[in-house]
Amino acid sequence: MEAILDPLIAGILQSFEPLNFAMLILGCSVGLLVGALPGLGSVNGVAILLPVTFLVPPTTAIIFLAAIYYGAMYGGAVSSITLGIPGASTAVATVFDGRPLAQKGKADLALVTAAVASFIGGTISVILFTLFAPPLAEFALKFGPPEEFTLMILAFATFIGLSGDSIPKTIFSILIGLVLATVGLDIISGKPRLIFFDIDGFFHGVNFLVLAIGIYGIGEMLWTLEETKGEVQVHKVTSSLKSLWNNVRKLKDYFATTIVGSLIGYFVGMLPAAGATPASLMSYGLAKTFSKDPDSFGKGEPAGVAAPESANNAASTGSMLPMITLGIPGSPTTAILLGGMIIWGLRPGPLLFSEHPDFVWGLIGSLYVANFFTVIINLAFIPIFVRVLTLKFTILAPMIFILCIVGGYAPTQTMHDVWLMLLFGVVGYLLRKLNYPVAPAVLAIVLGPLAEQSFRQSLLMSQAEMSIFVERPLSAVFLLIAILLAAYPTMSRLIKNGKTAE
Amino acid sequence: MKDSRRNVLKIGLAAGLGLAVSVGMVGNAAAQWEPKKPVEFIIMAGTGGGADQIARLLQGLIEKKNLSPRPFIPINKPGGSGAEALRYLQDKAGDDHTLLVTLNSFYTTPIIQKDIGVDPSKFTPIGRMALDTFLLWVHSDSDIKDLDGYVAKVKGTGQSWKVGGTGSGQEDSILTAMMEKEFDYKVTYIPFPGGGTVAKNLIGKQIDSTVNNPAEQGEFYRAGQSRPIVQFTGERMAAYKDVPTAKELGHDIEYYMQRSINGPPGMSKEAQDWYINLFSTLYQSEEWQKFCVDDGLDCTEWVAGGDLASFHAAQLTRHQELIAAVGAEAITGQ
Repeated sequence: MEAILDPLIAGILQSFEPLNFAMLILGCSVGLLVGALPGLGSVNGVAILLPVTFLVPPTTAIIFLAAIYYGAMYGGAVSSITLGIPGASTAVATVFDGRPLAQKGKADLALVTAAVASFIGGTISVILFTLFAPPLAEFALKFGPPEEFTLMILAFATFIGLSGDSIPKTIFSILIGLVLATVGLDIISGKPRLIFFDIDGFFHGVNFLVLAIGIYGIGEMLWTLEETKGEVQVHKVTSSLKSLWNNVRKLKDYFATTIVGSLIGYFVGMLPAAGATPASLMSYGLAKTFSKDPDSFGKGEPAGVAAPESANNAASTGSMLPMITLGIPGSPTTAILLGGMIIWGLRPGPLLFSEHPDFVWGLIGSLYVANFFTVIINLAFIPIFVRVLTLKFTILAPMIFILCIVGGYAPTQTMHDVWLMLLFGVVGYLLRKLNYPVAPAVLAIVLGPLAEQSFRQSLLMSQAEMSIFVERPLSAVFLLIAILLAAYPTMSRLIKNGKTAE
Repeated sequence: MKDSRRNVLKIGLAAGLGLAVSVGMVGNAAAQWEPKKPVEFIIMAGTGGGADQIARLLQGLIEKKNLSPRPFIPINKPGGSGAEALRYLQDKAGDDHTLLVTLNSFYTTPIIQKDIGVDPSKFTPIGRMALDTFLLWVHSDSDIKDLDGYVAKVKGTGQSWKVGGTGSGQEDSILTAMMEKEFDYKVTYIPFPGGGTVAKNLIGKQIDSTVNNPAEQGEFYRAGQSRPIVQFTGERMAAYKDVPTAKELGHDIEYYMQRSINGPPGMSKEAQDWYINLFSTLYQSEEWQKFCVDDGLDCTEWVAGGDLASFHAAQLTRHQELIAAVGAEAITGQ
């Protein structure tokens, strides 16, 4: 224990050295803003700020970058909740319930829930990281393609199971997402697939953020316009310390969800293939499946905000593990951290822990401190974020529209994606009118490519024997859980019906 | 009166001169092209691999040495053995703010996958940063100690021997096909999105061997988790003095991979010159040369612009021959 405690305390103390601490606070605040602005994701944010890091020592620099990274994870929830536009791909699941909450006038509750759940997710995962980094890294190595594939199946199962009456509609939605996920160049052979109308833009596939921003940003705006005929009521906003504290205390109602979300997030984030976005979607699916009132999800359920937010923060810490121990960054932002490390002459890999303990423990220590201060800064800003909603809809709608366009253009910087996003907006609106769930399509386009790749790798490994998925213990367990999850809602409904019939 | 007039004249002259100078400077600035927005630095492979590390090191050095008024932003496009990245660059024709960090799939992918419609000779050559090298690696728990042992083991195992690589048609799949031909065995080649992931899967024993670059596998070698069997270079590298080359063992397999920087087709001459100048500065930097030595890269000759175009042309021909010799099916597994 001492072997961990001593360097950890030294690492935490390091974060409080004046220069480090100043950079940490600056990083958290900048990250929060960068995450909150759609289209400016943390990749660009960190890349643009990289020069700053050459003015300071490596440990200070990594603290700064990690703080931005952390802040951005919190910030992503802000635009998801207040504007209905996912600020980053990791915050898409936060829109599902965050936006309805805001429309009910409970934006402050949603934002506080997101902040506190993020804090818990971040804290739990950094503790796990501290205590079990080497054995967990060992465990991550056991994950081959078959395990990755069955884990994806598990994620799909959480979404099929939770749809209640409209299982066919959910499957339809998943299939649409899977078809869109196959557009572009085949990930293994490189052959072009589904290049609609021979438009060159489709060679790059359908970007996930383009779909999400279209469906949620544009689609939602069209929906609101129709619902209200342009006369959206302006939200009343009361912000006082007391209401803030009340909102924080409400977290005890979905504490279990947050803990589960944190564990899933850490675990999934740790796998080099996955990352924070699948983690947050899985956590949302599980929270809904096991909720006492699954029907409230998607209509403004605070647990539906807590689940993805705890998971995406936990995953962002989790993805540091493969970066430090294996040199494989779990996300584009950690890739930039990796770049920084190479420039400072630090080579990520199995020896980094033993050869550069100051650096590694400085980073871990800073995660504790950054997490703590980001939640404070975030809570302090909530009254300002909520004020956005007091704007008249005639002002807010054009603003949302512009942010959507920017957000759709940013990932690949082609107009093709902007047109595609507008198209998805209209399609999303129609699907919603016809009562089709769109979240499963979003899930499918994120997980589809990962699932396809690991499926084909597995079959190559096994010489095309499907039995590889059940022969390996871990993947067999995942498959079993997936089947149980898919069946669980139907089973519990049957049991309930049986009871009422008696 | 006279004095004041003279003063006015002086002031006028000075102002005129000043104007002329500043106009001259503006004129200069217009001739001297510079990036006007962030430069997309496209990597045709996944994160953690050799190309990725190189791109991120270069990005950092550019920032550290303040060589560009706008940042370079690395973006990974690993899909389809680099086809995704090549196609992306092709569609950016005429753009002055996109660059590609290449692997040899820059040649092989367009040869094997004609339907992506990419002609690499149309791209704008900037500079060749290094020639990367290959070694054959196994897990250190393996009982394979040398090349003969390796060949015997693969032959004994048959086609279920799993070689990890970064994509069908990628340089490591060509090297794998060259080995299959030389030693007369067949293996199963499994593509992953980058050399880093391949390394992880070798350490996790998901695959049996790989021909990763030193930059991708070296840290695991230092940690005692993987063992180099043979190197595919002309002479032994300084960092791997104890590992024999294939040539020493009587097998004529020598293969390198260029790491070069290229722009999209039709990049302006001014931009090309500016980038050549930038990367030549980076190439000569102490940091870059040290990275080359540590990671087993050959950085003895700087090749830029037109010379790089001739180098590309020769390599394209060589890869056409190589692919014809081993057969495209041997590489794509189809």
